[in-house]
Amino acid sequence: MQNATLPTISAIQEEIIREFQTLEHDRERMLTYIMDLGDRLEPMDALFKNEHNTIRGCISKVWLTYTRKGDLLFFEGDSNTAITKGLISLLLRVLSGQKIEDIIHANLYFVGKIGMTQLLGFQRSNGFANMLKEMKLIAIAQKTKQKA
Amino acid sequence: MPAAPAHSTLDIQKIRTQFPALQQTVHGKPLIYLDNAATTQKPQAVLDALTHYYQYDNANVHRGVHTLAERATFALEATRRSVQQFIRATDTAEIIFTSGTTASINLVAATYGQTQVQAGDEIIISHMEHHANIVPWQMLCQAKRAVLKVIPINKKGRLMLSTLANLLTSKTKIVAIGYVSNVLGTINPLKEIIQQAHTQGAIVVVDGAQAVPHLPIDVQELDCDFLAFSAHKAYGPTGVGVLYGKKALLEDMPPYQGGGEMTQQVTLSHTTYNDLPYRFEAGTPNIAGIIAWQEALNFIKQVGYKTLMAHENKLLNYAADLLSSLKKIRIIGTAPNKIGVLSFVVEGMHHLDVGMLLDANGIAVRTGHGCAQPLIDLLKIEGIVRASFAIYNTKEEVEQFVTEVTRIVQKKA
Repeated sequence: MQNATLPTISAIQEEIIREFQTLEHDRERMLTYIMDLGDRLEPMDALFKNEHNTIRGCISKVWLTYTRKGDLLFFEGDSNTAITKGLISLLLRVLSGQKIEDIIHANLYFVGKIGMTQLLGFQRSNGFANMLKEMKLIAIAQKTKQKA
Repeated sequence: MPAAPAHSTLDIQKIRTQFPALQQTVHGKPLIYLDNAATTQKPQAVLDALTHYYQYDNANVHRGVHTLAERATFALEATRRSVQQFIRATDTAEIIFTSGTTASINLVAATYGQTQVQAGDEIIISHMEHHANIVPWQMLCQAKRAVLKVIPINKKGRLMLSTLANLLTSKTKIVAIGYVSNVLGTINPLKEIIQQAHTQGAIVVVDGAQAVPHLPIDVQELDCDFLAFSAHKAYGPTGVGVLYGKKALLEDMPPYQGGGEMTQQVTLSHTTYNDLPYRFEAGTPNIAGIIAWQEALNFIKQVGYKTLMAHENKLLNYAADLLSSLKKIRIIGTAPNKIGVLSFVVEGMHHLDVGMLLDANGIAVRTGHGCAQPLIDLLKIEGIVRASFAIYNTKEEVEQFVTEVTRIVQKKA
């Protein structure tokens, strides 16, 4: 099964990099932009905001679920803070709906290009890395399942 | 708009020139440092003392006979005398250097607590304590099967002191209480608590971390049995603190950690321990930090607590008046007797988001639970944004801070 309408992971990343370039590395504008993205993220059903779906190692609360359709993975995420919701929104935009194999091998270079680490600081960068790691782990687990 | 406080006698700008960290910009904006309850910035004299020690006097203390060891030992012991005078302890033997408040409280729990608390005994804390004054007592209670009791607080963030008489029993061995709450800013009526505890035969351990930067302390007048505090919250270096203890209590306590400095004689089968205060100072202390602390104590003495308190109170009242006029802002901790700590929540916004947006404008505040999760849970909030003031903060900084908070709140609306 192929999600023909979805651009590739690289194409989406380039899009994000271009969007952030318009913010001219202004910290407040970048944060506000990320918060706006978070505001637009579809809220997760409260039912899924449980212990099982919680991502550890984030300073705010983060929940992540997924659905598999053929060889594609669709993610859904939420958080109790607006900035983190925005970060989830960026990750979902890049990885949700992509092929399991592509998610596993995805190199998310946009994170460095838009200056995410400097923007978020040490603790929140770790949380962001944990979200990404969790998405990749889900993809790896699904690939293993596929083989079995 | 509330009237801005006047600073007719206090030259804040002159004080600010002593603090190099305050001269910088953060994200292109002049730094407004309002996270002083976490740690204060350090005056140049403290930084110079740190550098001087490592440049010229670096040697281990107490054991060496050479000149550098003598200089280092002399300077370290001079700080001990200064701390003794600063808190009006009767003897330098009562001043034990530690790594900070947390280490000091743990020391009491692990020594006095270990020997004096038995199964069924009681320890009393309050609902507004910092984790450093909760967890060591929880651990002790678990180990000893003792009971941890809690003084409740009211909506304004004051202790419900009328409950203390009922909480105190003949089984109460320790009352561990913060002089000042790091989240609410409330100054607790310590003298009254100590008197009541002593009447029941309990000793009182005071967490003075948030008090020493703002209030003069006289341990004899308070009659507290132990007092724990840190240097870094009062313009001194990090990694240095003190446990003050009444000499009679300290003398009866078993040693805490074993190692160098705390011994008199060591054989492979037996060790005899050093005199106070060295018995509780195993290993090489933070020599540079302790020596440099002297300069922070001098700084406070030069400014004077009266001036310091008056200035910080003006800033607190000004900021509280301005903030409370904003919709969606709820101030947490409105006790009448407070230090310069202003905690608040922005309705509909997470404290982390508020903190990051303030940081983007060069304003440093604390966000989160302030290491007081039981208090935050009681208040039914997720966390707070906390602005805390020091002598070098200005009314202009308060105004800029409130302007940015206003902008954040309006943007969200």
